Amino acid sequence: MKDFKIITVDQVGIGDRVSRITKRSVKNEAKIHGLRMALNMIDLTTLEGADTINKVKQLCYKGMHLHDAYPDLPTVAAICVYPNFVGLAKEQLKGSGINVASVATAFPSGNSSLEVKITDTKMAIDAGADEVDMVISRGKFHQGEYNYVFDEIAKIKETCGKNVRLKTILETGELGSLDNIRRASDIAMHAGSDFIKTSTGKISPAATLPVTLVMLEAIKDYYYETGIQIGMKPAGGISNSKLALQYLMLVKETLGDKWLTNQWFRFGASSLANDLLMQLEKQRSGNYQSKDYFSKD
Amino acid sequence: MSKKETKLNLKSNWDLAPSLESTSHVKLKNKYDLFIGGKWVKPSSGKYFDTINPATEEKLASIANGNKKDVDLAVKAARKAYDTTWSKLSGKERGKYIFRIARIMQEKAKELAVVETLDGGKPIRESRDIDIPLAANHFFYYAGWADKLDYAFPNRNPKSLGVAGQITPWNFPLLMAAWKIAPALACGNTVVLKPAETTSLTTLLLAEIIEEAGLPAGVVNIVTGAGDTGAEIVNHSGIDKIAFTGSTGVGKIIQNAIAGTDKKITLELGGKAANIVFEDAPLDQAVEGIVNGIFFNQGHVCCAGSRLLVQESVYDIVLRKLKDRMESLIVGNPIDKNTDIGAINSKSQLDTINHYIKLGKEEGAEIYQPEGKLDKKGYWCKPTLFTGVAQSNRIVQEEIFGPVLAIQTFRTIEEAITKANNTPYGLSAGVWTDKGSKIFNMTSQLRAGIVWANTFNKFDPTSPFGGYKESGFGREGGLHGLEAYLSFEN
Repeated sequence: MKDFKIITVDQVGIGDRVSRITKRSVKNEAKIHGLRMALNMIDLTTLEGADTINKVKQLCYKGMHLHDAYPDLPTVAAICVYPNFVGLAKEQLKGSGINVASVATAFPSGNSSLEVKITDTKMAIDAGADEVDMVISRGKFHQGEYNYVFDEIAKIKETCGKNVRLKTILETGELGSLDNIRRASDIAMHAGSDFIKTSTGKISPAATLPVTLVMLEAIKDYYYETGIQIGMKPAGGISNSKLALQYLMLVKETLGDKWLTNQWFRFGASSLANDLLMQLEKQRSGNYQSKDYFSKD
Repeated sequence: MSKKETKLNLKSNWDLAPSLESTSHVKLKNKYDLFIGGKWVKPSSGKYFDTINPATEEKLASIANGNKKDVDLAVKAARKAYDTTWSKLSGKERGKYIFRIARIMQEKAKELAVVETLDGGKPIRESRDIDIPLAANHFFYYAGWADKLDYAFPNRNPKSLGVAGQITPWNFPLLMAAWKIAPALACGNTVVLKPAETTSLTTLLLAEIIEEAGLPAGVVNIVTGAGDTGAEIVNHSGIDKIAFTGSTGVGKIIQNAIAGTDKKITLELGGKAANIVFEDAPLDQAVEGIVNGIFFNQGHVCCAGSRLLVQESVYDIVLRKLKDRMESLIVGNPIDKNTDIGAINSKSQLDTINHYIKLGKEEGAEIYQPEGKLDKKGYWCKPTLFTGVAQSNRIVQEEIFGPVLAIQTFRTIEEAITKANNTPYGLSAGVWTDKGSKIFNMTSQLRAGIVWANTFNKFDPTSPFGGYKESGFGREGGLHGLEAYLSFEN
């Protein structure tokens, strides 16, 4: 983008690279390390119209006590809720080290005025959100109004200030091509996002490995260009350990160790944690336990 | 914005644990005889040679050393089978036998993959996902043609040739045997085949499969041995057709040897392919293609993209991306499922590669190899880049047949084409650009038998493969591959 270069993406080539990655065999101690890392990178999420006070309370407790039967487990990275539950989550998570992330900006469609979006964001921040997950205006993007998309992200980042990290959701399932995903990633990073994120979880397809690879490569180019590290968050549809480890392998081979921490990589997921726990127990005991040994909150 | 120091740590602390493919299902014999006339026959000299695992230098088995007498026996067996059974069978019946071979290969795919890796040093990922499935697919594909030759060549009255003498290389042992045997059988010929001496095992397992498939005795004969055994096949008067895959040097000797005879011949020889990356290419995927082009099978690939031509405007960025990508390539035990680059096939090939690496340095080229230790035992070579080279450098001109890439820049399409064609070889080439019209422009001007666009080293039984210039002549694969095993006299 900067040097007047257009960056194109070849879908077949992305597929080839992804298939190489998914054939990596992660076993034994490497697997345990990966599973623990993945647990610690989860943004445990509830984004339902039916969310209630007690649902959010229960989710917060789960985030802090993933599986007490297993010693020295990490916690999740953050709990992700709608703005009106931020205050409650903040209170529940006090002292746990777990962040509160809030979706904002007329999530999930993003179809509203900039004013409303800023107010929405402010509401989340005032209630104590540590992180804001915004959505880009996909309609404007498809209309070719890239400056509008850019300015909107920049404004929301301004609202967030330095201390609240901004994750920008591209909603890749609505962007139509890998070229567009690359372009949206570049726009979001240059506009000041701290993280780029694939999906709201409300649109299918949500996160995929090819899409994530395109975004990781964009992050890498941006890092080389500016020295600024941007985080990555695939979200939606990542519900089993095998897939989570494949995502981490993608990060390891594209961006390396610097990104293999929950400061720079997150999974937006609601049911991944239990599968990771089940695999960890399998590694420890040699047997798969019943799903009912793991709490469902 | 002030630019901060940027460096990625791609040699991650998160190391993968060993993940070895099981070898317990493989039962190799201590000693392999010659497969002649449907029987396992001791070599007339009584001599055997060792085949070793290049990753450990340990002996895997003894292989019979065939000589003139053995070759003569094999050619006679093949002639007898041709005259009495195979040429008289209907295409449909031949097809059934070939299908049977393909199916048994699929059933034994895991065993074949493991043996290919043990004997040749290639990563199990490749033998499992590429060599073996592709070899089986060649049999499937040509089985389908066996009863349709008249439709493949309408009004040309295709007829089989007789006995085909075939010599295969050590880089894709089973796959090359499949490329040669499948079309020969489909067209009604019988075969005497000699695999390369460092990698005979999977061809011998294929002979066992052929035995199991119940092919009439003598239709396929396998005579193992080194170059002199191959020479006996080439010079035998009972051979009607020679099919050779190997070095250009040997190819020239063969062509000399058969001059004045009525033997038909196809040669698939060396290469020094240009992989051309334009500034509008999908660069990250181009880098993947560069890696696949030169580091696939340790660079022991005749169509390897061993010369990289990058448009100067994106040279720095491509080089950086390539070096980053090389950090995550795992060099090591071929039987480990995570290995990307296995063992060099033989001591002598490692010496050749090291000779060229030394030469490159002496010529003043800049060398790059990722950090990391190699095992003491076994034959290993790190993935290697040479920059700052010109067309005049020997490492740019000569085929190295190892994981060594020479990188040059160009400014215009014309310059790219000139440089790409400026080689005695002409086997393959690659073009990377987002622009379709540029691809078609390039493909019509590149003097290479295979041109890949936005990909590299992709193979398919339906697609013909073969060279221009000193990369050989004749085509293997596809409809064209049949033609090499047929005559069209009325």
